[in-house]
Amino acid sequence: MGRRWLVYPYHTWMLLFTVIPLILIFFYAFTEPNSTQFTLENIRHAAEPVYLGVLWHSVWLAGLSTLLCFLIGYPMAMILAKSSVKYRNMLVVLIVIPMWMNFLLRTYAWMTLLEKNGPLNAILLHFGLPAIQILYTDYAVMLGMVYNFLPFMILPIYSVLMKMDQSLLEAAEDLGAGAWTSFRRITFPLSLPGVYAGMIMVFMPAVTTFVISRLLGGGQYMLIGNVIEEQFLAIGNWSFGSALSVLMMAIILVSMLFLSRYSKEGNGGGMFF
Amino acid sequence: MGFLKRSYAAVIFAFLYIPIFVLIVFSFNASKSRASWDGFTLRWYADLFDNSAILNALYYTLSIAVLAALLATIIGTLAAFAMYKDMRPWEKKIVMNLTYLPVLNPDIVTGISLMLLFIFMKINLGFLSLLLAHTIFNVPYVILTVLPKLRQFDNNLYEAALDLGASPAYAFRRIVFPEIMPGIVTGALFAFTLSIDDFVISFFTTGSGINNLSILIYSMARRGIHPTINALSTLLFLAVLILLLAVNRRVVRDKK
Repeated sequence: MGRRWLVYPYHTWMLLFTVIPLILIFFYAFTEPNSTQFTLENIRHAAEPVYLGVLWHSVWLAGLSTLLCFLIGYPMAMILAKSSVKYRNMLVVLIVIPMWMNFLLRTYAWMTLLEKNGPLNAILLHFGLPAIQILYTDYAVMLGMVYNFLPFMILPIYSVLMKMDQSLLEAAEDLGAGAWTSFRRITFPLSLPGVYAGMIMVFMPAVTTFVISRLLGGGQYMLIGNVIEEQFLAIGNWSFGSALSVLMMAIILVSMLFLSRYSKEGNGGGMFF
Repeated sequence: MGFLKRSYAAVIFAFLYIPIFVLIVFSFNASKSRASWDGFTLRWYADLFDNSAILNALYYTLSIAVLAALLATIIGTLAAFAMYKDMRPWEKKIVMNLTYLPVLNPDIVTGISLMLLFIFMKINLGFLSLLLAHTIFNVPYVILTVLPKLRQFDNNLYEAALDLGASPAYAFRRIVFPEIMPGIVTGALFAFTLSIDDFVISFFTTGSGINNLSILIYSMARRGIHPTINALSTLLFLAVLILLLAVNRRVVRDKK
């Protein structure tokens, strides 16, 4: 234990750049602007109906997007897990590649696609179908969330399905279970840790985003991320911005604890806890 | 695979790739409008290289990414080595959790907390704060790629070097370092890609006049859609794709 000369610099690094920044948010949230006087005023302000409404709207949109990702992603994860070994890795890489494309570009791509005179409407009109105009609405925001975060749902479910003991399914079949029964009673319950991990990984970035709502949602459909961003970069009220952040972190923490309580039962699949 | 499964997979892949494909196609469209195709052009790519704001942003993106990856790799490797060798188990557990914290934290929280820190420490928001922020969020990823390599390392070799009179620094340089090199390079590439890709944290920790490409795209996209951004997107997508393939090849080779 004589060589701790390497340990202390990292302790300092973490204290300075991980712990103190978080403490600062709490400090600003619970003090009056430009003073060190303790106050609950910022939190009370953040809990006003207007902001709770925005918070609820964010949770609602992110929640719906998470649900959609689950409904769309689960079958895809199953297809991947059951595809032949020859193609499987290539298919997984194909899911991963869009994830590595700049997040802004992916969102921007949908701006291009959904534009009033954009390619999507050009195709619809070509086939004599009515044009759709969802850009700058909640639908576009949800579309953006599902598009950006779908891989985060597919991949954890896929990895849990891959680890599943196949002999359980054979046993079920031998005992006379049909495909639906063995899915409902075996595959699905065993895949739940992956589902919960996926839900956390989709919900968290979705509920905190300010980019998707800003680019696809237009001004009047603000999410909590937009309000926080505005407080810090446009209005300059850090105390109130911090209070909103604390509130947002509390929501995330509660939903993560809620999900992790279930994912623990399946042990091993949960990515975070 | 049955027909139904094939079709479902095809629809999902179409959903994932059509937006990217459209972006690339329209970067070559002579018309500014996206409703019509007026022929092939490289005009938007030419515009890109005449645009000083874009070239500046490219310069900052690359220099920040290179420097932050370098710094994070040095700090992360040393930290991983310290965690592996010199920490007590309970200490290691706390440190690991704290290391994971920025990975799990929403980007916006990391961004504003670092912004508050820099202002608190009286560091001007600009190049330095941006570089520091990128280094900070890169370090955990380097640790997470280097640590598994260290676990594979045969510690007896290090002990033997010390017994034979090598100083810890010498033993690290000559014995440990070559063994974990593949992990370090993978970590550095990983950090570089993350840094190039980052928007949210940069957005909060940069100062006036210092834009990276993500910030520039964000401000341009808010003003409206322009084919130049499509050209920029195409190039950026290709760059990340090439990097990703490089990282992937390394990871596959490391596993062997």
